[in-house]
Amino acid sequence: MTTETQDEGLEYNFAYLDEQTKRMIRRALLKAVAVPGYQVPFAGREMPMPYGWGTGGIQVTASILESEDVLKVIDQGADDTTNAVSIRKFFQRVAGIATTEKTEEATLIQTRHRIPETPLSEGQILVYQVPIPEPLRFLEPRETETRKMHALEEYGLMHVKLYEDIARHGHIATTYAYPVKVNDRYIMDPSPTPKFDNPKMNRCAALQLFGAGREKRIYAVPPYTDVVSLDFEDHPFEIQGWDQPCSICGDSTSFLDEVIMDDQGTRMFVCSDTDHCASRQAQGYQGPGQEAAE
Amino acid sequence: MYVAVKGGERAIDNAHRLLAEDRRGDPSVPDISVAQIREQMKLAVGRVMTEGSVYDPDLAALALKQARGDMIEAIFLVRAYRTTLARFGNSLPVKTGAMKIDRRISAAFKDVPGGQILGPTFDYTHRLIDFKLAADGELPEEAISSEEAAPHALHVLDLLAGEGLVEMPEASINDEAPGDITRTPVEYPMDRQTRLQSLARGDEGFLLALGYSTQRGYAKNHPFAGEIRVGRVAVEFQPEELGFPIQIGEMEMTECNMINQFKGSKTAPPQFTRGYGVALGHGERKAMAMALVDRSLRAGELGEERTAPAQDEEFVLSHCDNVQATGFVEHLKLPHYVDFQSELNLVRKMRKQVDGCMTSAAKEAAE
Amino acid sequence: MTEQENLQTPLLSAQSVTKTYGPHLGCSDISFDLYPGEVIGIVGESGSGKTTLLNCLAGRLTPDTGAIFYTDRLGSALNVHTVSEPQRRMLMRTDWAFVHQHARDGLRMTVSAGGNVGERLMAGGARHYGNIREQALDWLEKTEVDTSRIDDRPDTFSGGMQQRLQIARNLVTGPRLVFMDEPTGGLDVSVQARLLDLLRGLVAEMGLSAIIVTHDLAVARLLSHRLMVMRRGQVVETGLTDQVLDDPQDAYTQLLVSSVLHP
Repeated sequence: MTTETQDEGLEYNFAYLDEQTKRMIRRALLKAVAVPGYQVPFAGREMPMPYGWGTGGIQVTASILESEDVLKVIDQGADDTTNAVSIRKFFQRVAGIATTEKTEEATLIQTRHRIPETPLSEGQILVYQVPIPEPLRFLEPRETETRKMHALEEYGLMHVKLYEDIARHGHIATTYAYPVKVNDRYIMDPSPTPKFDNPKMNRCAALQLFGAGREKRIYAVPPYTDVVSLDFEDHPFEIQGWDQPCSICGDSTSFLDEVIMDDQGTRMFVCSDTDHCASRQAQGYQGPGQEAAE
Repeated sequence: MYVAVKGGERAIDNAHRLLAEDRRGDPSVPDISVAQIREQMKLAVGRVMTEGSVYDPDLAALALKQARGDMIEAIFLVRAYRTTLARFGNSLPVKTGAMKIDRRISAAFKDVPGGQILGPTFDYTHRLIDFKLAADGELPEEAISSEEAAPHALHVLDLLAGEGLVEMPEASINDEAPGDITRTPVEYPMDRQTRLQSLARGDEGFLLALGYSTQRGYAKNHPFAGEIRVGRVAVEFQPEELGFPIQIGEMEMTECNMINQFKGSKTAPPQFTRGYGVALGHGERKAMAMALVDRSLRAGELGEERTAPAQDEEFVLSHCDNVQATGFVEHLKLPHYVDFQSELNLVRKMRKQVDGCMTSAAKEAAE
Repeated sequence: MTEQENLQTPLLSAQSVTKTYGPHLGCSDISFDLYPGEVIGIVGESGSGKTTLLNCLAGRLTPDTGAIFYTDRLGSALNVHTVSEPQRRMLMRTDWAFVHQHARDGLRMTVSAGGNVGERLMAGGARHYGNIREQALDWLEKTEVDTSRIDDRPDTFSGGMQQRLQIARNLVTGPRLVFMDEPTGGLDVSVQARLLDLLRGLVAEMGLSAIIVTHDLAVARLLSHRLMVMRRGQVVETGLTDQVLDDPQDAYTQLLVSSVLHP
């Protein structure tokens, strides 16, 4: 038994996982790419982070990472949230790879809850952390049953849920983890990204990989694959919008976070994608908040 | 101006420092040693080994120290460490019938060949706080070894199996080499040996509650504690190139065989069935609860109607792992503000609609 | 295939169906044919094996011996228990319908009435909310469920309404074969009468083929063309409904008929 701390003696394999495990995960990834949207069971390992902290995404990243990769990690769209920092540090330590906050510089982006605003390009890989991979789970709790439903394309129940939303609210009231159909075959959970990001998945140039550690499932969307958000002909899918632009960079097309400023509840809206916001500021864009401050 | 939570990196480093300080507590109190935990917190060590799936008392004791006494955190540490260990092969099945016994009781018989051996047990103590323990140091009186050492004893139930009244221990265990739930993805329905593996790693509290529920009528199956034994077993390994097994160590373990009533089915005559439970170290509660749940999960195989949570394989097995459970529950601490923002927008939109309806209704009423 | 031949091919054919539970007999060596447009009633006291038989016929229980063949839209005979599971499930959600005795077994209690009726349509690929809703309204009307309750959940409905909703949910896609297990069981007599009227109307109007299990001879007389009387897992008498009920041959049938007051 070694009592050395990890900081002193780096005794782990490159990117933490042993090569056998990486091979096993890469096999699952290949299968996932071959059958877009299908959830491939994989023998997820116990990682040194808790389940729920992104162990699925971390395992996927660890098994495909190469020494020349440039890694970006975001959580809620931001590079500086605690969990993004923690995961980035982990890979710096166990793989010694370069990291970046710039979307376009990254070869591999691990994300939780957002897709970057900057369009991804060929050769990039986006790895999603997934808590519950099964889009049918809250309609049917049994794995044995949901696997059958996927196999037989019995997806009526999914539309019943959307029907209920419209009947009750007049519109589809699902705002995140909004179900999609991939390659006209499998219904897939896009992970808890806001539905705002769904259109970015469709025919995306980058490879999209999804890892669910606790539930031990991997799935994928290969580049340029159709990803369609479920809807009705007379109630088409639509994304959310904001009444005002980003206070800092003035963008009116990005996803905005609401920040409460003081005890009186004054609030401002700013880009959730920190890199996107920063690069716009560097280009000289200004939002209403900045102008007011001047 | 805009001052959202930045500098996550510094915050994390600081948190780690505070954690180390808090673990150590008041520095004027002597540091606790791993050996002290191993020797004096033995049951905690046993539980960490069982649910961490590694037999290594030192490692488990260290994990407990690092985890500030939090069981699940210690189990998690042990499991994460276990993942990185190389596998050389499988040991041979341990022979619990050849156990060097420290404790062995059967509630189904007054006396059994080999004897009822109480061993170290809380069972007949009065639960009075022993303030003498607060004073340091004194060694307890040595136990009188009146009972003749009965280092080996047959399983009680094997004595009955000859008559055909109790099913054989390997009932519904198939010939396949046991799977490894830490190395292969779990699939349902699951065979019994893999199920037992999941249960052995399962959370003691969760299994205890489920086992208890079966006793209270949610899937009643009339259990008797056929035998509980605690002791040391030899661990044997047979290298491929060697034609015979060699003993590589010894470990302490607890085993429970429950006997349950069974009225018979289309293919099986009426007989007693078994539930099986096992734990590393001394873990009677875990082994007993596990045996109850193992038996109730056999409902389908024995043609019993499945009505209670403890009979529902997917429900029990997909929720019994405390490292998974705690991860998912506690991950709610991570930021979710992007999703929350989406929901906030939705609720605002719906409120606008409702308020709109209400004002127009009020107008109509006024007209 | 001509229409004439079509009518001569049974829609469903049971051949020596036997199902036992341990030493207990479910149903034993039962054979019969159901022709298109025909309604067969299976009557008998509880424990006679009629529900076991129905579940075997509908592919919900696997018989120990014997076979059940269903003639699909293309005219080929499918063995209900040896076709692949996808095929069987496909049948269950398209060609077949199953009306349970207890509406809550056949409804989604947490989904609105409209959603309940629309589910089979959506499973079949309907993707226009307005059209789905229109058809749901149409069927609620047909089954005499107050259309203003379309967005309410069935757990707020009365027993009779729930049962009518279950029928609407099953018939909305125009199934070729309907299985019913005590469709009026557990309802008040007046509610039963209304439901029976409704069912009789729908059966005639849609030319439904159906197998109805009931212990209630009045239900059997009103709805079925032919009757099978079961006792202790065996069929003791079969024939045209009126014939069996007005001139029972078997001693048990005689007892059964005489125990019911004649109108």
